[in-house]
Amino acid sequence: MTSVWPLLEPRLALVQKPARYIGSEDGAKAKSPDPALISWLFTYPDAYEIGLPNQGLQILYEIINEREDARADRGYAPWVDLEEIMRADDIPFFSVEHHTPAAEFDVLAFGVSAELTYTNVLNCIDLAGLPLRSVDRVDGDTLVVAGGHCMFNPEPLAPFLDAVVLGDGEEAVGDITDVLVAARAAGSSRAETLEALASIEGVYVPSLYSPVYDGRALMGTAPVSDAAPRSVEKRTIADLAEWPYPKEQLVPLTEVVHDRLNVEVFRGCTRGCRFCQAGMITRPVRERPADQVRTMVANGIERTGYDEVSLTSLSTADFSDIEPVVTGLMDDSEDAGCGPLSVSLPSLRVDAFGVGIAAQLQRAKRSGLTFAPEAGTWRMRQIINKLIREEDLYEAVDAAFSQGWQRVKLYFLIGLPSETDEDTLGIAELANRCAEIGRTYNRRASVTASVGGFVPKPFTPFQWFGQNTADELQRKVNLLRDATRKMKGVQIKWHDPAATMAEGLMSRGDRRMADVIETVWRNGGTFQEWSEHFELDRWTDAMSAHGLDVEWFAYRHRTEDEALPWDHLSAGLHKDFLWDDWQDALAEVGLPDCRWTPCYDCGACTGYGIEHVVASATPPAGGSQGTGQDLATGGAVPVSLGKRPVAPIAETPAATSPAMGSTT
Amino acid sequence: MNATPRFTVRLRFTKSGKVRFVSHRDVARIIERSIKKLRLPVSYSEGFSPRPRISFGLALTVAYESEAEFLDIDFVTPIDLEDLPARLTAALPDGLAVSAAKHIEPGTASLQESISCCRWIIEVLGDPTDVTAAVSTTLDAPELMLERVRKGKTTTVDVRPAIVKIDISGPTDSGVRLVTELATLAPSIRPAEFVRVLSPDFAEGKVCRTHQFIQQANGDRFEPIEAPGSPAALQMSATSATPTSAVRELSPARSAS
Repeated sequence: MTSVWPLLEPRLALVQKPARYIGSEDGAKAKSPDPALISWLFTYPDAYEIGLPNQGLQILYEIINEREDARADRGYAPWVDLEEIMRADDIPFFSVEHHTPAAEFDVLAFGVSAELTYTNVLNCIDLAGLPLRSVDRVDGDTLVVAGGHCMFNPEPLAPFLDAVVLGDGEEAVGDITDVLVAARAAGSSRAETLEALASIEGVYVPSLYSPVYDGRALMGTAPVSDAAPRSVEKRTIADLAEWPYPKEQLVPLTEVVHDRLNVEVFRGCTRGCRFCQAGMITRPVRERPADQVRTMVANGIERTGYDEVSLTSLSTADFSDIEPVVTGLMDDSEDAGCGPLSVSLPSLRVDAFGVGIAAQLQRAKRSGLTFAPEAGTWRMRQIINKLIREEDLYEAVDAAFSQGWQRVKLYFLIGLPSETDEDTLGIAELANRCAEIGRTYNRRASVTASVGGFVPKPFTPFQWFGQNTADELQRKVNLLRDATRKMKGVQIKWHDPAATMAEGLMSRGDRRMADVIETVWRNGGTFQEWSEHFELDRWTDAMSAHGLDVEWFAYRHRTEDEALPWDHLSAGLHKDFLWDDWQDALAEVGLPDCRWTPCYDCGACTGYGIEHVVASATPPAGGSQGTGQDLATGGAVPVSLGKRPVAPIAETPAATSPAMGSTT
Repeated sequence: MNATPRFTVRLRFTKSGKVRFVSHRDVARIIERSIKKLRLPVSYSEGFSPRPRISFGLALTVAYESEAEFLDIDFVTPIDLEDLPARLTAALPDGLAVSAAKHIEPGTASLQESISCCRWIIEVLGDPTDVTAAVSTTLDAPELMLERVRKGKTTTVDVRPAIVKIDISGPTDSGVRLVTELATLAPSIRPAEFVRVLSPDFAEGKVCRTHQFIQQANGDRFEPIEAPGSPAALQMSATSATPTSAVRELSPARSAS
C-alpha cells in the first residue's frame, strides 16, 4: 500500500478547509494496511462535512474493521479546488486514514443517498484511475459497489457499478467479504467473482441483466446469466438490537453537519406517507430496545464529549415509551457528571404531544422548531396520506410559541399529484395563521415555509406520477411568493425547480440515463446538489445530445402495465399494493399505520417472514394518523403535555376501512 | 454573577502534523470536547447556552505548526496540575499536546492583549542567495510599506518596526529556514506578509511558531508559560546554534519603548 500524503501535504495549504482531507477523527480505525486483508474504501460522494456524519457508512466501516480478514478506510469527494490540484499533479482519489490510492482497495463502495451526487460518483471512480464503466474493468481492478436509498433504482448508474446492495447493509457487506476471500483463495476471475456476488441475497450485479426497449419504451430488464436471479430482493436485518452500531461514532476535527451524537432508535416507518420513499423501502418497523438506546447514549456521551444527542429514525416521537426513555437519558447524563445533555428529535410530529416532548428535551435555548405538514390543504394531505388536521398543526404551533419558541419552520412539498392552486396557496394560509398564533405570544414570532418540488420515487405509490415541469413548479413558487409578500412574519424559501427536474430524471430513469450522467460529468458538472455548481443547461444539453426527452423521463405519467426500470428489483412491497394505494390517493382516501392496526399486506413483512419489532402495541398519545381515532374535523385529540396519556387510543376499534378520514 | 469562585489555569500546547490543517475555531471546539470527556470541573458561562469559560490566545494560521500555543480555562474548584497536561494530551487527537500548565492570578491580562511578539521558524522557498540578500535589504530598509486590503478598504502600513529580528538558520531542500520575531501589536506583521515583504517572488514553506512573548514595562519579556525543559528560553541569541552570515538584530529601541 502506498500513500499520497507526501504529495498531498505541501498542497493542502492551498485549498479551502484542508481538514477535510486529514482523517484523524476520534473513532477512526487506522487498521494496518495488511495486503492479506480484503480492503474496502467506503466513500460518500459529496464534501467531507456532508459525508462524514452519514451513519450508514460509519456502521459498515466498523463492521468491516471488526473482521479479522478485512479492513476499511473512508473517502469523500474532494472539493473542486483540490480536484484541480489532484488532476494537475496526478494525485489519485485517496482514503483519509492512510491516504491510500483508491485503486489499491479491493472494493470502492459508495453510499448514495441523493441523485444529484451521481456525477460525483463518476468523478471519484475516474479520479481513482479506474475505468469508468464496469465493462472496461479487468481482473485485478477494484470492484465498484454502491448502496443507499437511491440504489433502489440503480439503473441510471448501472453501467458504472459492478454490484449494488439493496436494503440494509449490515449483513450484506459481510457476505460480500466472504465471497471475496473465497475468490482470492481460488484465484477467481472478475467474471466469476461477479457471478458469485449475484448469489448473495440483496446483491444486484447490473452487468448480468439487460434492459429491453421497444422504441423509447422500456419493455423489461431480465437476467442474461444463469447466475443472476430473476428478481433481487432487498436485504433486511430482522432485529436492530443485534447491531448496536456505530459503537464508536466518528468525532470529526472540523465542523460537519449533524455534529452531535446520533443514536438510531428505530428503522422503518409504516405511517405510509405516499411521497416518502424512505418510509416505503425500510419497512418493517424495527425498534431498538430502550435499554440499549440508553446504553448507547451513555457510552457515546462519555466517549465523545458531545453534549447533544439526536435520537434518529423516520419519526422518533413514535418510538414506544419515548418520554421515559428521554427523561432517563437526561438523568443518566446528570448522574454521570457529564453536565447538561441536550436531546433532539430530527423529525417532530405535528401535534402538541410532539411539542411537549420537545419542551422537556430542549433545556437550552428555544430558538426554532420544525414541523412537516407537507401540504397546504386537508384534501392534499389525504392524497399524500399525511393525515394532519389544521387543528393539529395550530395546536402544535400554539404549544411551541406559548412555551418560548420564537421561530417555527414548516416543510411543504409542491407539485404533488392533482394539486390545484388552491392547494398550493393553502401553504401560505397555513403559514400565515401560524404566524398569527405566534404573535399572540411574541411580537417577533416568525414562520418560515420551506417549499420543495416533489420528485416521485421508485417503490412508492407515487412512482407512476409524472412530476410537475420546472416551469410549473416555478409558477407555484411565484404564487406563494406573491401570496406571502404582505403577510407579517411569514418567510418563504424554496428549492430550485431546475434541480428538482434533474433529480427527477435520475430518480426514475433507466440505463439510458447513464450516458447523460457521464456527459454532464465530462462537462464539469460535479457537486450538483450545491446550488452554486448546478446548471440546468448541462442537463438539458446532455439529454438532447443523447436524443432523450425530458418530458418522457420526468414529466410523463406512467401506466399500470408499464415496465418500470426497477421491476427486477424488490423492496418487498407488492406492486399491486402500491398501485391500489396510488388509486386510493387519487380518490383522496387515507390508509392507517399498520403498527397499530391490522396488516394490509404491503409485502414488506410477509414476503420475508419478518415482522414489526415494537416494544408497545399502544399507539402514542396525540397521534392523529393511523391511530384509529376519528379524524373528522372536531374530533378531540387526547393530548396531555408532560404526562402519560390517560386512555390508550387503541381501545377504540380501529377504523380498518381505508376510507377513514374521508368523511370531512 | 460572581457567586462561584473561579480558578484560572493557563495551558501551553503544541500543534503539529496532520492536525495543523485544522482551523483555530476547530481547535477550540476540540479542546472544549476533551475537557468534557475528562469531566474537569470547568466553569460555565451564564445564560441559555452555557459555554465553558475558555479564552484562547492568538489565532494560528491553518497549516502552521506551533510549539507555543496558549489558552486559559476557568475551573470552579482548584485543580491538580501535576497530571493535567498528560490527561488532556491523552484526550486530544494526535498532533495536539499540552506541554505545561500553571495557575494564574485573577485579573491577569488576557493572552490576546498581553502578547506583543512571536518567534517563528519560517521556511522561505526561493534561491538561498536571493533569500539571504532579501533579508539584508529588509533589515537595512528604513521603512517597508505594505498594502493591506481589509473589508474592501486598502490601507498602507509601515511594517518595518514590526520585524523585530531575522536570523538565517540554514538551507532546506527548497529554500532557506529563517528564525524571525514579528510583532503582534500594531503595527504588526504576519508570517505570510513577512515573506511577501522579503520578495513577491518567494513562497512560504513550512511555518512554525516557537515562542510567544509578553513584554513588560521594564523591557523584560517572558513567555506566558515557559516551554518545559527550557527555563532559559529567553536567551534567544544563545539558541542560534549555527550563526550564519547574516545574523542581525534590530536595535531594541522600539520594542523596549
